[in-house]
Amino acid sequence: MPTYTAPVRDMEFIMYDVLKMDEYQDMEGYGDADRSTVAAILEEGAKISQEVIQPINLSGDEEGCHLNNGIVTTPKGFKEAYQAYAEGGWSALTGSVEFGGQGLPYVLGLAMNEMVCSANFSFSMYPGLTHGAIEAIEQYGSTEQKEMYLPKLISGEWTGTMNLTEAHAGTDLGLLRTKAVPQADGTYLVNGSKIFISAGDHDLTDNIIHLVLARLPDAPPGVKGISLFIVPKILVNADGSLGARNPVECSRLEEKLGIHGNSTCVLNFEDAVGYMVGEANKGLVAMFAMMNAARLGVGVQGLSIAQVAYENAAAYAKERLQMRALTGPKAPDKPADPIIVHPDIRRMLLTGRSFCEAARGIAYWAGLLVDMVHKHPDPKQRQKADDLLGLLTPVIKAYFTDMGTEVANLSLQCLGGHGYIKEWGLEQFVRDVRVAQIYEGANGIQALDLVGRKLPANKGRAVQVFFTEVGGFCEENADNEELAPFIAPVMSALEQLFEGGQWMADNGVKNPDHAGAGATNYLYVIALSIMGFMWVKIVKVAQEKLAAGAGNEQFYKDKLTLAKFFFERMMPDLQAHMAKLKSGADTLMAMDTDSF
Amino acid sequence: MKVLVAVKRVVDYNVNVRAKTDGTGADIANVKMSMNPFDEVAVEEAVRLKEAGKVSEIVAVSMGVSACQDTIRTALAMGADRGILVESDTELQSLAVAKLLKALVDKEAPGLVLLGKQAIDDDSNQTAQMLAALLGWAQGTFISKLELGDGKATVIREVDGGLETDSLTMPTVISVDLRLNEPRFVKLPNIMKAKKKPLEVIKPDALGVDTSPRLVYSNYREPPARKAGIKVPDVATLVDKLKNEAKVI
Repeated sequence: MPTYTAPVRDMEFIMYDVLKMDEYQDMEGYGDADRSTVAAILEEGAKISQEVIQPINLSGDEEGCHLNNGIVTTPKGFKEAYQAYAEGGWSALTGSVEFGGQGLPYVLGLAMNEMVCSANFSFSMYPGLTHGAIEAIEQYGSTEQKEMYLPKLISGEWTGTMNLTEAHAGTDLGLLRTKAVPQADGTYLVNGSKIFISAGDHDLTDNIIHLVLARLPDAPPGVKGISLFIVPKILVNADGSLGARNPVECSRLEEKLGIHGNSTCVLNFEDAVGYMVGEANKGLVAMFAMMNAARLGVGVQGLSIAQVAYENAAAYAKERLQMRALTGPKAPDKPADPIIVHPDIRRMLLTGRSFCEAARGIAYWAGLLVDMVHKHPDPKQRQKADDLLGLLTPVIKAYFTDMGTEVANLSLQCLGGHGYIKEWGLEQFVRDVRVAQIYEGANGIQALDLVGRKLPANKGRAVQVFFTEVGGFCEENADNEELAPFIAPVMSALEQLFEGGQWMADNGVKNPDHAGAGATNYLYVIALSIMGFMWVKIVKVAQEKLAAGAGNEQFYKDKLTLAKFFFERMMPDLQAHMAKLKSGADTLMAMDTDSF
Repeated sequence: MKVLVAVKRVVDYNVNVRAKTDGTGADIANVKMSMNPFDEVAVEEAVRLKEAGKVSEIVAVSMGVSACQDTIRTALAMGADRGILVESDTELQSLAVAKLLKALVDKEAPGLVLLGKQAIDDDSNQTAQMLAALLGWAQGTFISKLELGDGKATVIREVDGGLETDSLTMPTVISVDLRLNEPRFVKLPNIMKAKKKPLEVIKPDALGVDTSPRLVYSNYREPPARKAGIKVPDVATLVDKLKNEAKVI
């Protein structure tokens, strides 16, 4: 049976020592988030994740969800665990105070998501999708809609979903056909069929609030004719009580590779009553409010699974006795050495650990930026945060989930045959995390978003902000001799990143396929640069703590080792990506379609 | 009725504690600290009594370094109403703790004092008994069931021979065992509310208690490592080894 121990000490380290969250007291919600309170929140969040949500992970995977006579039920124990989660107030962690939330920093929300998802990926998606619905209603809903839906979504009494995809409209939402016809009373009748709806129907809550993209009868074609609607599973009366069942039916649960504990539904809307959110034909903009937050959340899913997979692989490697160390027996009193003596096992484990620690720093940094965008008193800082966040989001979504799969696979590999069988749980991590590379915009789409939208937007302002941020840090610390060996590869990465961007701009203008061909490679170049930057920041803190003789020496020494590992064994991939990027599109496009 | 609950900050039960190499103590620098699990059960019981309307106020008390405030905050998040920390940077042994608790009982006049039966760091299992003796109150130790009646507390004690039911005259000191209840998960809003609950910090001197240690610990060592087992060919060899090597039969 796999286990999970939330890395609470590391979370705190990133939040307070690296990102210095206590320097943001002037932002709403941060005044309450002093270090000892946050430590208590993380401890209790870890407890419910480890003791309530994790124990139903393996069983949930085995049992899956059920559909009987139109009624969807979740695996055994999910309902009770969800109740404990919602009643514990965890659902309301970051929700706005006005509607009953705790209004705590977004970073804390990400940390909680990380723990819940490490504990049980499928389970985490039920409350996870709700956040998207909250986001859309909060930003674009009317006052009445906010008052009617937000308190219960924030408290977790109801959950939310995102209904975008249709059978013929996945990445290309402009093709969607679901219709919404206005009625005399101001409501709409929604008709159509949506697929791949995560947490689309279930028995965890009394009501589900679907956020649905559909077209008005007179809508222009393409993405400019899409509107967003609230379609509750059960209609809500004016006094907030539940009314009639809205005709939204789950007609099928998808059989899939992983996340068996989450209900992936085909939802049919047959004259279902809907309420428009925001303006007509501007639904896609509103949907992106959900999507950006969701993409960050999906990136964290990659981190979550990498973390828990690493933990289990490390525990196994310390106990599994096979063969002797290459340099002679390390446990002579035992029949064989634990496999952790082997460099190749360590290569796999350290790849996981080294990814997780810096990725956590980047994810929480993005979380801080989310709050800065909304809450920072200085408009310049808000703008800067928005630019950086825009740049980081596709990178986090794609790189973190690619690495989630990579680390889950490497961790499985550490267990050999035992990794491949169900009992140890590693194969489930591999199956579960795989979807994160696909949904909320496949990773190839993230690369196109980065190269096609985020880079050229505002004449490249976002990437300039990033260069200034990293370059500024490196300059500030130019005289720091101890840090110099870590700063040098980051500076070099920045040069390459600049060169890669230039190549993409120059050649992409001549032939857009060149940009398309190099997009994923460019995403990796920037991802590795950001990882390097985060490692340098971590190293700086670790060196300071060690010099001051403060705290747990081993904890900080480990950070230095992990950083070295990153620069020796992960950062060099950047060169390969640069070479591939610069090879352009010619060969990719050379082969005739019929030859495939 | 007011209840006083004592909570101790100890090394977390998941931590594998090592002796310091020089034998002067256990190496607990930089390890995770938590509330003593037995004390968690005591807090939980107090909160349940309050929820049942049998208790009007819960005062959580801890003693030790400033960081013990975190332990008190946990008790407050579980449902205690206010906290008192008797702050001391020097070691507090069981008798000192019992005396400090007595001073607080004199001041607060609770009808019931709840404690964990022992702390998982030193496993002394002394404070509750000492406190009851100092107060001249009835004591119920290692209890797995508690019912409050009119001026009486009925407890079931877990003793070596089984279970013992006692009726105690109130006020009384009760030390709890793990099977009394299962402590709740702390709710997020209660963590936030706990921040605002009163927490008083006082010094041992203010209570007029001499806390200087009476016991001297001369050496700490780790228990010898367990040797690997062997397989014996038959029962006769096993019996022989148990008789002549292990000398247990």
